[in-house]
Amino acid sequence: MNNKLIEMRSISKTYHTRTVLDDFSLYVRENEFLTLLGPSGCGKTTLLRILGGFETPDSGRVFFEGKDITDLAPNKRPLNTVFQNDTIFYHMSVADNIAFSLKIRGVSRAAIEDEVEKALHLVGLDGYGDRMPDTMSGGQAQRVQIARAIISRPKVLLLDEPLSALDLKLRQSMQYELIRLKEELGITFIYVTHDQEEALTMSDTVVVINGGRIQQIGRPEDIYNEPQNAFTADFIGDGNIFDALMIRDELVNILGTDFPCVDVGFGQNNPVDVIIRPEDVELVDPDKGTIRGVVTSVLFRGVHYEMDVLAHGYHWMARSTRMVPEGTEVGIMIDPFNIQVMHKPTRPDQETFTHA
Amino acid sequence: MRRRSWLAAPFILWSAAFIIIPLLLIVYFGMTDGDGAFTWSNLAAMAEVDNLKALGLALLLSLSATLICLILAYPIAMILAERRTSSGTLIAMLFILPMWMNFLLRTMAWQTLLEKNGVINTLLHVLRLPSVTLIYTPSAVVLGMVYNFLPFMILPLYTVLSKIDRDVLLAARDLGAGPWQTFLRITLPLSTPGMISGITMVFVPSLTTFVITDMLGGGKVQLIGNTIEQEFIQGSSWHVGSGLSLILMIFVLISMAFVAKYDPQQSGSLIGGGGRE
Repeated sequence: MNNKLIEMRSISKTYHTRTVLDDFSLYVRENEFLTLLGPSGCGKTTLLRILGGFETPDSGRVFFEGKDITDLAPNKRPLNTVFQNDTIFYHMSVADNIAFSLKIRGVSRAAIEDEVEKALHLVGLDGYGDRMPDTMSGGQAQRVQIARAIISRPKVLLLDEPLSALDLKLRQSMQYELIRLKEELGITFIYVTHDQEEALTMSDTVVVINGGRIQQIGRPEDIYNEPQNAFTADFIGDGNIFDALMIRDELVNILGTDFPCVDVGFGQNNPVDVIIRPEDVELVDPDKGTIRGVVTSVLFRGVHYEMDVLAHGYHWMARSTRMVPEGTEVGIMIDPFNIQVMHKPTRPDQETFTHA
Repeated sequence: MRRRSWLAAPFILWSAAFIIIPLLLIVYFGMTDGDGAFTWSNLAAMAEVDNLKALGLALLLSLSATLICLILAYPIAMILAERRTSSGTLIAMLFILPMWMNFLLRTMAWQTLLEKNGVINTLLHVLRLPSVTLIYTPSAVVLGMVYNFLPFMILPLYTVLSKIDRDVLLAARDLGAGPWQTFLRITLPLSTPGMISGITMVFVPSLTTFVITDMLGGGKVQLIGNTIEQEFIQGSSWHVGSGLSLILMIFVLISMAFVAKYDPQQSGSLIGGGGRE
C-alpha cells in the first residue's frame, strides 16, 4: 500500500476561459480506495477523464508505475472506467457486454465463458448472461458496467459517480458491494463523487477538491473532524462556522466569548475560521454553559433531533438524541477538543461552499 | 388515444381516395385484359427479354447508386454527428440545400454540365483535351440518382449516429478497442437501422425512376421505370403497365420488409419521402 501507482504532476486544464484544473498534483497508492470529492464543476470528473485518456491536460503529466502515460490512447492504458452515463452496448447481450474487453484481446471462447460467469457472480447477476440489457433495471445495468470494467482485471478502476442515478437504498447496498469487490479483487479504486456521505463511507483516502485545487487530503475521519479550511468544513457534513479571533494558543474568541480549545500555532490576536459540528454543541442548564441562548426551533431527524439555538446573535445548529423543547433557555457548552480552528481562506476556492 | 381517433378521419378519407383506390385500380388493370377478363399475361410480360433487361439494368444501376450513396454518406454523417455544433449544422445544410430545389431543375443542371457541348466538355475543349461522352450513359443515370437521393442516405445515418452517446464509444476504447475495432463492433452495428432506412430510401426511388433516365439517359438507357412509363404515357397498354408495376412493387415490398425487420421503430424512414418525382 506504499508505492505510488499513479502520479499526476502539475495538471492544468482550461476550457475556453474557465480553469478546471489548476496545477493539480496527486498520487495514488496501490490498492487504495481514493475518492475525489467536490461540488459539480470542481474538476473531479475532468481529472478522471484525463486519467482514463479521454481528455488531454493543457500541461502536466500523468505517470503510471513511473511511466509517462499522458499521451497514451485509452485502449492502451491499464485502467478501466465505470462511466456515470449509461454506456451499455445495447446491441449486445449482457454476457457479450461483459466479455467485450476479453474478445478484443482474443481470449479463447471457453476462457471467456468462464470469466463471464465469475464476473456475473461477483456483481450478483448470476444467470443474467443471456439477457438483453434493455430488459434490466438501472441498478442491474450499472452492475453490468462494473462487471464489464473489472473482467480484464485492470490495475486501477476509475468510477465516475457510478451510483448517482440509483435510489437511496440501492445506492447504500451498492456502496457495500463496491467495498467488497475492491477487497476481493485487490484493484485500486479511484472514485469520483459529490456525495460526501458516499466518500466518507467507502474511502481509504478522501481528496476534497474545489475550484480545480486540492483543499484537503486525508482519511475520512480527518476530513470530517479536522477540516483545514472553511470550504472543507462547510462541504463535508453540517457545521457552525464562525469568524473568530485566535487570542493565543489554546484560546479562541467566538462571538465575543473566549473558548478554550486545543489548537496551537495560529498566532496571537489573529483572525481565524472556526467550525463546531452540530453534534458537538452540548445544550446544558443556562448556568452551566459558556454562553446562553434560546431554542428557536426543533426538527425531528430520525436518529436525532436538530435544535436551532439563538445565542449571541448566531443561530447555532445542535444535534442530540435528547429533545430540548422550543423556547427553552439553554447554556451552550463546547468541549475544547471539538473546536476546530482553521486558517482564513487566502483564495476564493477555500471559502465556504454556500457563500462562494 | 382512442377517443381522438376521429381526428384521423381526413387522412383516412384522403388515403382511401388517393392511395387505396388507385392501388386497387392498378391491381385491377394488372390482372385483366382489354375486355376486363382475368389474365396473368400482364404480369408475365415481365418475362419478356426487353423487360427483363430493363429490370436487370434498373436493379444494377439502383444498387450501384445505393452503394455509392452509402460510401459517400457514411463518413459525412459520422463527421456531422461528431460535431453537433453550429458548424455541423452548416455542413448539414450544404447537403440538404439541394433538396429544396426543384427535382427537375437539379437534374436539368446536370444535363447542361454533361452535354456534348455542355460545361464540362467546353472546359475540356478550352484546355485542348479531347471531349468525352458523359451524358446518355448508364453512368450519367447513376450520377443523377446519387446526386438526387444522397440526402436521403445522409439524414437517417446522421440521425442514428448522433444518437450514439460519445461515452459509449469511449467505453469501448477504454475496454481496449482501437478506433477501427470500436467502429466495427459498436458504431456500425448501432447504426444499422439508419443504414437500412437510407438504403431503402435511395434504392426504392432509384429502382422506379424514369425522369432521371429520361433526362440523363436520353432514351439510350432503358430502365423498367421507363418501360412502365411508356406503357402508360405512349398509350401502349395500361394493363401491361399495371402488370409490370405490380411485379416491381414486389421488389419494393421486399426492401420494405427488410426495413421492418431491422428498424422496428422506423427511426430514420420518417424523414423525406415526399416531392421527389
